[in-house]
Amino acid sequence: MIVKLIEFIGAVTEKPVQGLGRIILLLFSTLKVMVRPPFEIGNIVRQMLEIGVNSLPVVLITAVFTGMVLALQSYTGFKRFGAEGLVGTVVALSMTRELGPVLSALIVTGRAGAAIAAELGTMRVTEQIDAMEAMAVNPVKYLIVPRFLSGMIMLPALTVVTDIVGIVGGYLVSVMLLGANAKPYMRATWDFLEVQDIYNGLIKACFFGAAFTLISCYKGFYTRGGAEGVGRATTGAVVFSSMTILISDYFLSTWLFK
Amino acid sequence: MIELRDIHKSFEGNYVLRGADLKVEKGESLVVIGGSGSGKSVLLKHIIGLLKPDRGTVVIDSTDLSLLDEEGLNEIRKKFGMLFQSAALFDSMKVWENVGFGLKRHTRMTAPEIKEVAVRKLRMVGLVGIEDEMPSELSGGMRKRVGLARAIAMEPEILLYDEPTTGLDPIMADAINELIIKMREKLKVTSVAITHDMKSAYKIADTIAMLYNGVIIDSGSPEEIQNTSNPVVRQFIEGRAKGPIVLEGIGK
Repeated sequence: MIVKLIEFIGAVTEKPVQGLGRIILLLFSTLKVMVRPPFEIGNIVRQMLEIGVNSLPVVLITAVFTGMVLALQSYTGFKRFGAEGLVGTVVALSMTRELGPVLSALIVTGRAGAAIAAELGTMRVTEQIDAMEAMAVNPVKYLIVPRFLSGMIMLPALTVVTDIVGIVGGYLVSVMLLGANAKPYMRATWDFLEVQDIYNGLIKACFFGAAFTLISCYKGFYTRGGAEGVGRATTGAVVFSSMTILISDYFLSTWLFK
Repeated sequence: MIELRDIHKSFEGNYVLRGADLKVEKGESLVVIGGSGSGKSVLLKHIIGLLKPDRGTVVIDSTDLSLLDEEGLNEIRKKFGMLFQSAALFDSMKVWENVGFGLKRHTRMTAPEIKEVAVRKLRMVGLVGIEDEMPSELSGGMRKRVGLARAIAMEPEILLYDEPTTGLDPIMADAINELIIKMREKLKVTSVAITHDMKSAYKIADTIAMLYNGVIIDSGSPEEIQNTSNPVVRQFIEGRAKGPIVLEGIGK
């Protein structure tokens, strides 16, 4: 009975533990080659455009509607106990501390993370990564480092945009639609907002950027099994990255917002 | 010189190579034949260090690859050019960028200089005016030739060909065979090709070796292989379904 239980635990945990180990090894290889010249400046800029700039429209739409619905729901709820004046504060704090980094990370994972896994996966199954290695080019340096760095840089940048646009969305609904007074609303927005809220939100975004690019690269880089494998890698990248973002968000928040 | 000694390799318990030995002299053209899934590609990838053996050694010009770190391995790899089965061109790059990829990474040449070399190498494989096209716009035969141009761009000492004629029509396959011979004569390279196309093997090989059940079971000149008494080799080169090689779903 006990042996079977141990066997069962072993069978269930073997693959996830192996996967985690390989991700950590990939992280070490990435960090090791990242500091060695030549630096892939052109490649990094291309990835920053792909991951950051091209994600902007979808992030903007998500941010403005999130700010709007947040204001709408908070207003309706707060009105029940006469706290409508705090809607601006709630929107600002929620956006900067939580929704800005998490939502932009999830949206960019769905878009750019899937694209990274699909691209690297296709390169793996069509032997393009082997070809690169055969030409004495380190594929981790050429393919993974630029994506990893771009994720770490561009996600905080997108989070700043999400924060601002979300707060503006909340303002529009509160002031234009629900009839809140503009001046007190703005005061409620700024009075309780601290630089630390924004700063810690950006630290979270930086971590999420590193996490989703590393996971997506890992899934793509180790793809096996043709087109079906590429599909599996893409799905796996989005699911695994999203879960990592949501779970790590709790622990990062516990640590950063004591 | 290339030497593989007692190479063993398995993937998740599936034994692909079980003690393969192979020796290729400088300037020689060796063709490894064997059925689909016999481990030919795995063998070839060991030569260039893309795969590491579970047991055994790969020696290139007296250097044991297992003793090298990543930088040392990359130095050895610069001696090689490799044509992949599917050509493995980089989708996101133009044809000339594909051909010049190694030059861009390993030399101080400027982009116009690299393009000039790429155009010259493309001309060597019979392609003119396609340098600015994307790989997706090319036919299978053209892709293979671009792959070959990329393989020779760094002027390697050793050329590896992974199924160079697979998936091509007979005329294009023969054109690729002619190119392989031309490369050997013009560039004086050592070459190792793997194939199951016997016509191609007879045409391009100085020596043919057959891989079966993870080991090299026979080797010799094309004439010797054609006249071999080994029943496995005979069945393979004659392309008979019945014989000592048992295919899944087909009896002896």
